[in-house]
Amino acid sequence: MSEQLHDVRLTVNGTTHEVRVPARRLLSDALRHDLGLTGTHVGCEHGVCGACTILVDGAPMRSCLMLAVSAADHELTTVEGLTNEDGSLGPVQQAFAECHGLQCGFCTPGFLTTITAGLRDNPRPTHEEARDMIAGNLCRCTGYQNIVKAVERAAELQGELSS
Amino acid sequence: MKPAPFDYRRPGTLAEAVAALAGEPNAKVLAGGQSLVPLLSMRLAAPALLVDINAIPGLDTIEAADVGGVSGVCVGALARHAAVLASPDVRRVQPLVPLALAHVAHATIRNRGTTVGSLVHADAAAEMPVVLTLLGGSVEVEGPAGRRTIHADDLYAGPLESTVGHDEIAVSAFFPALRPGAGVAFEEIARRHGDYALVGAAALVEGDQVRVGYLSVSDVPTVVDLTGVADDDLGEAALAQLEPQDDIHATAAYRAQLVRVLTGRVVRSARNFSEGAR
Repeated sequence: MSEQLHDVRLTVNGTTHEVRVPARRLLSDALRHDLGLTGTHVGCEHGVCGACTILVDGAPMRSCLMLAVSAADHELTTVEGLTNEDGSLGPVQQAFAECHGLQCGFCTPGFLTTITAGLRDNPRPTHEEARDMIAGNLCRCTGYQNIVKAVERAAELQGELSS
Repeated sequence: MKPAPFDYRRPGTLAEAVAALAGEPNAKVLAGGQSLVPLLSMRLAAPALLVDINAIPGLDTIEAADVGGVSGVCVGALARHAAVLASPDVRRVQPLVPLALAHVAHATIRNRGTTVGSLVHADAAAEMPVVLTLLGGSVEVEGPAGRRTIHADDLYAGPLESTVGHDEIAVSAFFPALRPGAGVAFEEIARRHGDYALVGAAALVEGDQVRVGYLSVSDVPTVVDLTGVADDDLGEAALAQLEPQDDIHATAAYRAQLVRVLTGRVVRSARNFSEGAR
Protein backbone atom coordinates (compact mmCIF):
# COMPACT_ATOMS: atom_id res chain seq x y z
CA MET A 1 0.00 0.00 0.00
CA SER A 2 1.47 3.32 -0.94
CA GLU A 3 1.00 6.17 1.47
CA GLN A 4 -1.47 8.88 0.49
CA LEU A 5 0.14 12.20 -0.39
CA HIS A 6 -1.38 15.63 0.18
CA ASP A 7 -0.82 18.76 -1.86
CA VAL A 8 -0.05 21.57 0.54
CA ARG A 9 0.62 25.23 -0.17
CA LEU A 10 3.13 26.58 2.35
CA THR A 11 3.82 30.31 2.61
CA VAL A 12 7.31 30.79 4.00
CA ASN A 13 9.07 34.14 4.34
CA GLY A 14 6.55 35.65 1.91
CA THR A 15 7.06 33.03 -0.81
CA THR A 16 4.45 30.41 -1.65
CA HIS A 17 5.62 26.84 -2.22
CA GLU A 18 3.63 23.80 -3.35
CA VAL A 19 4.69 20.55 -1.72
CA ARG A 20 3.32 17.02 -1.96
CA VAL A 21 3.79 15.29 1.39
CA PRO A 22 2.39 12.43 3.47
CA ALA A 23 0.19 13.57 6.36
CA ARG A 24 2.86 12.47 8.83
CA ARG A 25 5.47 14.92 7.46
CA LEU A 26 6.44 17.21 10.33
CA LEU A 27 6.50 20.88 9.40
CA SER A 28 10.17 21.03 10.44
CA ASP A 29 10.98 18.25 7.94
CA ALA A 30 8.89 19.86 5.19
CA LEU A 31 10.86 23.09 5.63
CA ARG A 32 14.23 21.35 5.60
CA HIS A 33 13.74 18.44 3.21
CA ASP A 34 10.97 19.52 0.85
CA LEU A 35 11.83 23.23 0.66
CA GLY A 36 15.57 23.08 1.36
CA LEU A 37 15.28 25.72 4.07
CA THR A 38 17.84 24.13 6.36
CA GLY A 39 18.20 27.15 8.64
CA THR A 40 15.52 25.66 10.89
CA HIS A 41 17.27 23.06 13.03
CA VAL A 42 15.82 19.88 14.49
CA GLY A 43 17.13 18.92 17.92
CA CYS A 44 14.96 16.81 20.20
CA GLU A 45 11.98 16.51 17.85
CA HIS A 46 9.52 16.45 20.72
CA GLY A 47 9.11 20.08 21.62
CA VAL A 48 11.63 20.43 24.44
CA CYS A 49 14.73 22.02 22.92
CA GLY A 50 13.27 24.87 20.86
CA ALA A 51 15.83 24.67 18.01
CA CYS A 52 13.03 24.25 15.42
CA THR A 53 11.04 27.29 16.58
CA ILE A 54 9.58 29.30 13.70
CA LEU A 55 6.99 32.08 13.59
CA VAL A 56 3.45 31.06 12.62
CA ASP A 57 1.46 34.19 11.83
CA GLY A 58 4.10 36.00 13.88
CA ALA A 59 3.85 33.79 16.99
CA PRO A 60 6.71 31.44 17.90
CA MET A 61 5.77 27.78 17.61
CA ARG A 62 7.64 24.48 17.45
CA SER A 63 7.77 23.35 13.82
CA CYS A 64 8.47 19.79 15.00
CA LEU A 65 5.11 19.78 16.80
CA MET A 66 3.09 20.75 13.75
CA LEU A 67 2.25 18.71 10.68
CA ALA A 68 2.97 20.30 7.31
CA VAL A 69 -0.62 19.53 6.24
CA SER A 70 -1.88 21.69 9.15
CA ALA A 71 0.27 24.68 8.21
CA ALA A 72 -1.34 25.62 4.88
CA ASP A 73 -3.39 28.56 6.08
CA HIS A 74 -0.58 30.34 7.89
CA GLU A 75 2.24 32.78 7.17
CA LEU A 76 5.45 31.05 8.25
CA THR A 77 8.69 32.86 9.06
CA THR A 78 11.94 30.93 9.45
CA VAL A 79 15.40 32.18 10.39
CA GLU A 80 16.03 32.79 6.67
CA GLY A 81 13.29 35.44 6.83
CA LEU A 82 14.88 37.46 9.64
CA THR A 83 17.51 39.30 7.58
CA ASN A 84 16.97 42.89 6.48
CA GLU A 85 15.61 43.41 2.96
CA ASP A 86 19.11 44.14 1.63
CA GLY A 87 20.32 40.79 2.98
CA SER A 88 22.26 42.25 5.92
CA LEU A 89 21.77 40.87 9.41
CA GLY A 90 18.53 41.79 11.17
CA PRO A 91 18.81 43.43 14.60
CA VAL A 92 18.53 40.20 16.60
CA GLN A 93 21.10 38.49 14.37
CA GLN A 94 23.39 41.52 14.62
CA ALA A 95 23.11 41.47 18.42
CA PHE A 96 24.04 37.76 18.51
CA ALA A 97 27.15 38.49 16.43
CA GLU A 98 28.17 41.43 18.66
CA CYS A 99 27.55 39.67 21.99
CA HIS A 100 29.03 36.28 21.06
CA GLY A 101 25.52 34.88 21.50
CA LEU A 102 26.32 31.73 19.54
CA GLN A 103 29.02 29.11 19.83
CA CYS A 104 28.21 25.97 17.83
CA GLY A 105 25.12 27.72 16.43
CA PHE A 106 22.81 24.73 16.54
CA CYS A 107 20.21 26.34 18.80
CA THR A 108 20.57 29.81 17.27
CA PRO A 109 17.72 29.72 14.68
CA GLY A 110 15.21 28.90 17.44
CA PHE A 111 16.55 31.66 19.68
CA LEU A 112 16.49 34.23 16.84
CA THR A 113 12.84 33.55 15.93
CA THR A 114 11.74 33.43 19.58
CA ILE A 115 13.51 36.70 20.43
CA THR A 116 12.26 38.44 17.28
CA ALA A 117 8.67 37.78 18.38
CA GLY A 118 9.48 38.47 22.03
CA LEU A 119 10.88 41.93 21.30
CA ARG A 120 7.93 42.77 19.08
CA ASP A 121 5.60 42.09 22.04
CA ASN A 122 7.94 43.67 24.61
CA PRO A 123 10.45 46.07 22.95
CA ARG A 124 12.18 47.02 26.24
CA PRO A 125 12.45 43.90 28.37
CA THR A 126 13.96 44.02 31.85
CA HIS A 127 16.83 41.64 32.57
CA GLU A 128 14.35 39.18 34.13
CA GLU A 129 11.97 39.48 31.17
CA ALA A 130 14.88 38.89 28.77
CA ARG A 131 15.69 35.67 30.65
CA ASP A 132 12.05 34.61 30.65
CA MET A 133 11.77 35.30 26.92
CA ILE A 134 14.31 32.56 26.13
CA ALA A 135 13.35 30.13 28.89
CA GLY A 136 11.83 27.68 26.41
CA ASN A 137 15.02 27.28 24.35
CA LEU A 138 18.00 25.11 25.19
CA CYS A 139 21.60 25.93 24.25
CA ARG A 140 23.78 22.82 24.34
CA CYS A 141 26.92 24.98 24.66
CA THR A 142 25.25 26.55 27.74
CA GLY A 143 26.02 30.02 26.43
CA TYR A 144 22.99 31.58 28.07
CA GLN A 145 24.64 34.64 29.62
CA ASN A 146 25.68 35.99 26.24
CA ILE A 147 22.30 35.12 24.75
CA VAL A 148 20.58 37.20 27.45
CA LYS A 149 23.04 40.01 26.63
CA ALA A 150 22.10 39.63 22.97
CA VAL A 151 18.39 40.01 23.82
CA GLU A 152 19.19 43.28 25.58
CA ARG A 153 21.50 44.45 22.78
CA ALA A 154 18.87 43.59 20.15
CA ALA A 155 16.35 45.70 22.06
CA GLU A 156 18.85 48.61 21.94
CA LEU A 157 19.48 48.14 18.21
CA GLN A 158 15.75 48.05 17.46
CA GLY A 159 15.24 51.16 19.60
CA GLU A 160 17.93 52.98 17.57
CA LEU A 161 16.29 51.89 14.32
CA SER A 162 12.85 53.08 15.31
CA SER A 163 13.98 56.41 16.86
CA MET B 1 11.80 9.12 15.17
CA LYS B 2 8.99 10.00 12.80
CA PRO B 3 5.28 9.27 13.12
CA ALA B 4 3.94 6.03 11.65
CA PRO B 5 1.67 6.55 8.61
CA PHE B 6 -1.93 7.61 9.25
CA ASP B 7 -4.88 8.83 7.22
CA TYR B 8 -5.68 12.50 7.60
CA ARG B 9 -8.91 14.46 7.37
CA ARG B 10 -9.31 18.19 7.83
CA PRO B 11 -13.10 18.71 7.98
CA GLY B 12 -14.66 22.16 7.74
CA THR B 13 -17.58 21.44 10.07
CA LEU B 14 -18.09 19.69 13.38
CA ALA B 15 -20.67 17.33 11.81
CA GLU B 16 -18.09 16.18 9.23
CA ALA B 17 -15.51 15.71 11.98
CA VAL B 18 -17.90 13.54 14.03
CA ALA B 19 -18.75 11.54 10.89
CA ALA B 20 -15.05 11.01 10.14
CA LEU B 21 -14.42 9.74 13.68
CA ALA B 22 -17.45 7.42 13.56
CA GLY B 23 -15.93 5.30 10.81
CA GLU B 24 -12.60 4.57 12.53
CA PRO B 25 -12.32 3.38 16.14
CA ASN B 26 -8.54 3.94 16.10
CA ALA B 27 -8.73 7.66 15.30
CA LYS B 28 -7.40 10.66 17.21
CA VAL B 29 -8.50 14.28 17.18
CA LEU B 30 -5.76 16.83 16.42
CA ALA B 31 -6.20 20.30 17.92
CA GLY B 32 -2.98 21.99 19.11
CA GLY B 33 -0.99 18.75 18.92
CA GLN B 34 1.55 19.79 21.55
CA SER B 35 1.04 16.50 23.40
CA LEU B 36 -0.20 14.35 20.52
CA VAL B 37 2.54 15.08 17.97
CA PRO B 38 5.38 14.07 20.34
CA LEU B 39 3.47 10.85 21.09
CA LEU B 40 3.20 10.24 17.34
CA SER B 41 6.87 11.00 16.74
CA MET B 42 7.95 8.68 19.55
CA ARG B 43 5.43 6.12 18.22
CA LEU B 44 3.82 5.84 21.62
CA ALA B 45 0.61 6.49 19.65
CA ALA B 46 -0.04 5.21 16.13
CA PRO B 47 -3.63 6.07 15.21
CA ALA B 48 -5.03 4.92 11.87
CA LEU B 49 -6.68 8.30 11.30
CA LEU B 50 -6.08 11.85 12.46
CA VAL B 51 -9.07 14.22 12.37
CA ASP B 52 -7.64 17.77 12.34
CA ILE B 53 -10.26 20.14 13.76
CA ASN B 54 -8.21 23.31 13.14
CA ALA B 55 -10.24 24.30 10.06
CA ILE B 56 -13.60 24.21 11.87
CA PRO B 57 -14.83 27.78 12.40
CA GLY B 58 -16.26 28.98 15.71
CA LEU B 59 -14.36 26.69 18.06
CA ASP B 60 -11.87 29.29 19.28
CA THR B 61 -14.31 31.27 21.45
CA ILE B 62 -13.45 32.44 24.97
CA GLU B 63 -16.42 34.02 26.74
CA ALA B 64 -18.13 34.61 30.06
CA ALA B 65 -21.18 32.34 30.11
CA ASP B 66 -23.94 30.90 32.31
CA VAL B 67 -24.31 27.14 32.21
CA GLY B 68 -27.23 25.59 34.10
CA GLY B 69 -27.63 28.72 36.22
CA VAL B 70 -23.91 28.82 37.15
CA SER B 71 -21.82 31.71 35.88
CA GLY B 72 -18.31 31.09 34.61
CA VAL B 73 -16.18 31.10 31.49
CA CYS B 74 -16.56 28.90 28.46
CA VAL B 75 -13.46 28.05 26.40
CA GLY B 76 -13.76 26.54 22.91
CA ALA B 77 -11.77 23.55 21.65
CA LEU B 78 -9.48 25.69 19.47
CA ALA B 79 -8.79 28.42 22.05
CA ARG B 80 -5.01 28.37 22.49
CA HIS B 81 -3.56 28.47 26.01
CA ALA B 82 -1.96 31.83 25.16
CA ALA B 83 -5.32 33.37 24.22
CA VAL B 84 -7.03 32.03 27.35
CA LEU B 85 -4.15 33.29 29.49
CA ALA B 86 -4.40 36.76 27.92
CA SER B 87 -8.21 37.01 28.16
CA PRO B 88 -9.41 39.77 30.53
CA ASP B 89 -12.80 38.01 30.82
CA VAL B 90 -11.19 34.81 32.07
CA ARG B 91 -8.97 36.71 34.51
CA ARG B 92 -11.96 38.61 35.92
CA VAL B 93 -14.37 35.66 36.16
CA GLN B 94 -12.03 32.86 37.29
CA PRO B 95 -8.49 34.01 38.13
CA LEU B 96 -7.32 30.48 38.95
CA VAL B 97 -7.34 29.69 35.22
CA PRO B 98 -4.61 32.21 34.27
CA LEU B 99 -2.70 31.53 37.53
CA ALA B 100 -2.37 27.89 36.45
CA LEU B 101 -1.97 28.53 32.72
CA ALA B 102 1.17 30.56 33.37
CA HIS B 103 2.75 27.25 34.50
CA VAL B 104 1.70 25.29 31.39
CA ALA B 105 4.94 24.55 29.48
CA HIS B 106 6.51 27.61 27.80
CA ALA B 107 5.00 30.52 25.91
CA THR B 108 5.93 28.91 22.58
CA ILE B 109 3.98 25.75 23.43
CA ARG B 110 1.06 27.82 24.76
CA ASN B 111 0.85 29.59 21.40
CA ARG B 112 -0.27 26.36 19.75
CA GLY B 113 -1.58 24.08 22.51
CA THR B 114 -5.24 24.27 23.45
CA THR B 115 -6.75 24.33 26.94
CA VAL B 116 -9.55 21.90 26.03
CA GLY B 117 -7.03 19.56 24.42
CA SER B 118 -4.98 19.56 27.59
CA LEU B 119 -8.11 18.79 29.65
CA VAL B 120 -9.11 15.73 27.61
CA HIS B 121 -5.52 14.51 27.16
CA ALA B 122 -5.99 13.71 30.87
CA ASP B 123 -2.35 13.85 31.93
CA ALA B 124 -2.22 13.75 35.73
CA ALA B 125 0.97 15.83 35.54
CA ALA B 126 -0.83 18.64 33.70
CA GLU B 127 -2.16 21.79 35.35
CA MET B 128 -5.57 22.32 33.75
CA PRO B 129 -7.24 18.97 34.62
CA VAL B 130 -6.65 19.75 38.31
CA VAL B 131 -8.06 23.25 37.90
CA LEU B 132 -11.22 21.92 36.20
CA THR B 133 -11.66 19.25 38.90
CA LEU B 134 -11.10 21.64 41.81
CA LEU B 135 -13.56 24.18 40.41
CA GLY B 136 -16.19 21.57 39.55
CA GLY B 137 -16.17 22.46 35.86
CA SER B 138 -17.21 20.39 32.91
CA VAL B 139 -16.44 19.52 29.29
CA GLU B 140 -18.99 19.51 26.48
CA VAL B 141 -18.55 16.74 23.89
CA GLU B 142 -20.24 16.04 20.59
CA GLY B 143 -20.67 12.57 19.11
CA PRO B 144 -23.00 10.58 16.86
CA ALA B 145 -25.68 10.64 19.60
CA GLY B 146 -25.48 14.43 19.93
CA ARG B 147 -24.06 16.58 22.70
CA ARG B 148 -23.46 15.69 26.30
CA THR B 149 -21.80 17.33 29.26
CA ILE B 150 -19.16 15.47 31.26
CA HIS B 151 -18.66 16.82 34.77
CA ALA B 152 -15.00 17.02 35.82
CA ASP B 153 -15.59 14.39 38.54
CA ASP B 154 -16.57 11.91 35.81
CA LEU B 155 -13.96 12.96 33.24
CA TYR B 156 -10.77 11.26 34.45
CA ALA B 157 -10.73 7.46 34.34
CA GLY B 158 -6.99 6.81 34.72
CA PRO B 159 -3.57 7.91 33.50
CA LEU B 160 -3.98 9.61 30.11
CA GLU B 161 -7.52 8.22 29.98
CA SER B 162 -10.63 10.38 29.85
CA THR B 163 -14.24 9.27 29.54
CA VAL B 164 -14.64 11.10 26.23
CA GLY B 165 -15.71 8.38 23.76
CA HIS B 166 -13.50 7.49 20.78
CA ASP B 167 -16.29 8.79 18.53
CA GLU B 168 -16.72 12.06 20.45
CA ILE B 169 -15.00 15.46 20.14
CA ALA B 170 -14.58 17.82 23.10
CA VAL B 171 -15.97 21.12 21.85
CA SER B 172 -15.66 23.33 24.93
CA ALA B 173 -14.85 23.49 28.62
CA PHE B 174 -16.67 25.39 31.34
CA PHE B 175 -14.87 26.82 34.38
CA PRO B 176 -17.27 28.09 37.10
CA ALA B 177 -16.69 31.66 38.30
CA LEU B 178 -14.91 32.56 41.52
CA ARG B 179 -17.56 33.48 44.09
CA PRO B 180 -17.31 36.90 45.76
CA GLY B 181 -14.94 36.77 48.75
CA ALA B 182 -13.40 33.44 47.71
CA GLY B 183 -9.68 33.00 47.07
CA VAL B 184 -7.54 30.87 44.77
CA ALA B 185 -3.84 30.14 44.35
CA PHE B 186 -1.58 27.90 42.32
CA GLU B 187 1.93 26.65 43.09
CA GLU B 188 4.16 24.02 41.58
CA ILE B 189 7.72 22.76 41.78
CA ALA B 190 9.49 21.63 38.62
CA ARG B 191 13.13 20.79 38.02
CA ARG B 192 13.36 23.35 35.24
CA HIS B 193 11.18 26.31 34.31
CA GLY B 194 8.39 25.05 32.04
CA ASP B 195 8.92 21.36 32.74
CA TYR B 196 6.23 19.08 34.06
CA ALA B 197 5.82 19.67 37.77
CA LEU B 198 7.11 17.11 40.27
CA VAL B 199 4.12 18.22 42.35
CA GLY B 200 1.67 21.06 41.85
CA ALA B 201 -1.21 22.31 43.96
CA ALA B 202 -4.22 24.54 43.37
CA ALA B 203 -6.26 25.88 46.30
CA LEU B 204 -9.81 27.18 46.56
CA VAL B 205 -10.86 28.92 49.79
CA GLU B 206 -14.53 29.88 50.19
CA GLY B 207 -15.42 31.11 53.68
CA ASP B 208 -14.45 28.23 56.00
CA GLN B 209 -14.18 25.74 53.16
CA VAL B 210 -10.66 24.82 52.03
CA ARG B 211 -10.03 22.47 49.12
CA VAL B 212 -6.75 21.70 47.39
CA GLY B 213 -6.19 19.87 44.09
CA TYR B 214 -2.91 18.11 43.26
CA LEU B 215 -1.13 17.27 40.03
CA SER B 216 1.65 14.71 39.59
CA VAL B 217 0.82 13.09 42.94
CA SER B 218 -1.59 10.36 41.80
CA ASP B 219 -2.40 9.03 38.33
CA VAL B 220 -5.53 11.20 38.10
CA PRO B 221 -6.13 14.78 39.28
CA THR B 222 -6.93 14.55 42.99
CA VAL B 223 -8.80 17.03 45.19
CA VAL B 224 -8.82 16.84 48.99
CA ASP B 225 -11.02 18.70 51.47
CA LEU B 226 -8.99 20.47 54.18
CA THR B 227 -11.85 22.38 55.77
CA GLY B 228 -11.33 22.92 59.49
CA VAL B 229 -7.69 21.77 59.51
CA ALA B 230 -5.28 23.91 61.56
CA ASP B 231 -2.68 25.74 59.46
CA ASP B 232 0.25 23.74 60.86
CA ASP B 233 -1.46 20.41 60.06
CA LEU B 234 -2.48 21.12 56.45
CA GLY B 235 0.32 19.13 54.81
CA GLU B 236 -0.16 16.02 56.98
CA ALA B 237 -3.95 16.19 56.61
CA ALA B 238 -3.54 16.30 52.84
CA LEU B 239 -1.10 13.37 52.85
CA ALA B 240 -3.58 11.30 54.87
CA GLN B 241 -5.85 11.46 51.81
CA LEU B 242 -3.14 11.02 49.14
CA GLU B 243 -0.81 8.27 48.01
CA PRO B 244 2.17 9.95 46.33
CA GLN B 245 3.73 7.72 43.70
CA ASP B 246 7.29 6.89 42.67
CA ASP B 247 8.56 7.43 39.17
CA ILE B 248 11.86 8.24 37.47
CA HIS B 249 11.41 11.94 38.29
CA ALA B 250 10.89 11.74 42.06
CA THR B 251 10.48 9.26 44.90
CA ALA B 252 7.19 8.95 46.76
CA ALA B 253 8.91 10.31 49.89
CA TYR B 254 10.12 13.41 48.05
CA ARG B 255 6.65 13.96 46.57
CA ALA B 256 5.19 13.68 50.09
CA GLN B 257 7.61 16.37 51.25
CA LEU B 258 6.58 18.60 48.34
CA VAL B 259 2.90 18.06 49.27
CA ARG B 260 3.70 19.20 52.85
CA VAL B 261 5.48 22.32 51.63
CA LEU B 262 3.12 23.28 48.82
CA THR B 263 -0.14 22.66 50.70
CA GLY B 264 0.58 25.20 53.42
CA ARG B 265 1.97 27.65 50.89
CA VAL B 266 -0.95 27.44 48.47
CA VAL B 267 -3.65 27.64 51.17
CA ARG B 268 -1.99 30.71 52.73
CA SER B 269 -1.77 32.29 49.32
CA ALA B 270 -5.46 31.58 48.57
CA ARG B 271 -6.46 33.09 51.95
CA ASN B 272 -4.43 36.21 51.16
CA PHE B 273 -6.19 36.37 47.81
CA SER B 274 -9.63 36.19 49.45
CA GLU B 275 -8.70 38.84 52.02
CA GLY B 276 -7.41 41.10 49.27
CA ALA B 277 -10.67 40.63 47.36
CA ARG B 278 -12.83 41.75 50.28
